[in-house]
Amino acid sequence: MESTILLAAEGLSRYYSDQCAVDNLNLQLQKGEVLGLLGPNGAGKSTTMQMLTGNLAPTTGSIQINGIDLLEEPRKAKQHIGYLPEQPPVYRDLTVNEYLNYCAKLHGLLGSERTQAVNSARERCSLNEVQNRLIANLSKGYRQRVGIAQAILHNPAVVILDEPTVGLDPLQIREIRKLIRELGKEHSVILSTHILPEVQAVCDRVQILNRGRTVFNDSLTGVESLEKVFFDLVYQDDPALADEVAEQ
Amino acid sequence: MIWTIATTEFRRLFNSPLAWSILAVVQFILAWVFLLGLNEYVTQIQPAMAGRENAPGLSDLVVSALYLWAGIIMLAVMPVLTMRLFAEERMNQTLPLLTTAPISITQIVLGKYFGLLLLIITMIGMLTLMPASLSLGTDLDWGKLAAAILGLFLLLASFAAAGLFLSSLTRQPIIAAVSTFGLLLFLMVLYISGNSQSSGSQLFIYLSHFGHFLSFLDGLFDSSDLVYYVLFIVSFLLLTIRKLDNERLQR
Repeated sequence: MESTILLAAEGLSRYYSDQCAVDNLNLQLQKGEVLGLLGPNGAGKSTTMQMLTGNLAPTTGSIQINGIDLLEEPRKAKQHIGYLPEQPPVYRDLTVNEYLNYCAKLHGLLGSERTQAVNSARERCSLNEVQNRLIANLSKGYRQRVGIAQAILHNPAVVILDEPTVGLDPLQIREIRKLIRELGKEHSVILSTHILPEVQAVCDRVQILNRGRTVFNDSLTGVESLEKVFFDLVYQDDPALADEVAEQ
Repeated sequence: MIWTIATTEFRRLFNSPLAWSILAVVQFILAWVFLLGLNEYVTQIQPAMAGRENAPGLSDLVVSALYLWAGIIMLAVMPVLTMRLFAEERMNQTLPLLTTAPISITQIVLGKYFGLLLLIITMIGMLTLMPASLSLGTDLDWGKLAAAILGLFLLLASFAAAGLFLSSLTRQPIIAAVSTFGLLLFLMVLYISGNSQSSGSQLFIYLSHFGHFLSFLDGLFDSSDLVYYVLFIVSFLLLTIRKLDNERLQR
């Protein structure tokens, strides 16, 4: 199968003084793939995402985005990244339109290109009815959608979403999942989440982290219960706990 | 790109009541100072000075005092304006928007700084309308006025640079404001202690903002004063860039 690798991270490690948050992590993402990044709290998911988006420099390792080295040419590489952090980075004192236009300008989109990008992102995240409202007055779910719109606005090769469905109602969750599936067709998506059924619903491949290491990295075909795999791997040092979980 | 950030920062200032209320309050107080000075000049000083040669004129007494007051008031006001620049972004966790975008830290810092300079220029513009209105009835010393405007601009620009740096150090806007106010006040105290009878020191006067500002108010344009402000501003901007760059490297 012919495929292009849009994101490749090799030997990624990150230490906070002496504490190791991410240990020798390899991560590859092909075009049109949705990768689910799983792990218990403190497994290093957010640290990994911050490194992949250039917000945190890795202690060792290299990151290639769309063939461009993120550490050598950060500005060029960042053009191809869309990132939604845990907290959507929205300015509450702007309206949705003002905010999205500002984001488009930050990514160097000008004139009609910008209008088009803003319109299509707004359309895709169903933000049309709130486009002239202040972000401060929007509900959490809408703010989350503005955050997603900001991440896909400039049509990046790699979209990185940190827990995108937190705080949404079931209907919105379904819409966002549909959106992620759609994004996965033309972009590559990395999705971090705690919700296992969500991973099964949208991801092609799963990478499970535990204490900064990869413990599982495979496609979901043939996996009967992701929950069982997850608990087995995460609690493998503690068989009693794993059994207890399994019994439930 | 710097311009994009600067204009958006400027607009956002006016989206909240903050900029409006600060401009209004500063303008009100300075108008009061101005009218008071003008009244005193017309009723008391002018008759006393009549007929004397080389008597200090309107520009010396009223205009200089107005700009001095503006500098002192902004010492307290500027920390409120600078505290939000980075500390508030940190608190609201909106900084990743800028750091993930394909722009350099230098562009982010300069963008935020120029956004604030736009507000400073607005403020000085509004303030200058008052002495400029005197030109309807009398001859103003335009050179002196220009020196005062430039001096105030440089003073406020240096306040802003110091505030920007302190704001990048913390995630609590209040702490950024308090430390900026402390630093600016300290620089003023340096000037006072440099002028004290027993332990006066030329060095202290040189290090302080106000010594350089006062010579501008006297209508004296000395390039060494300009160099002082430029060095002050550039070093604080560089420190801010370094600080934000380091954040990516370690924590």
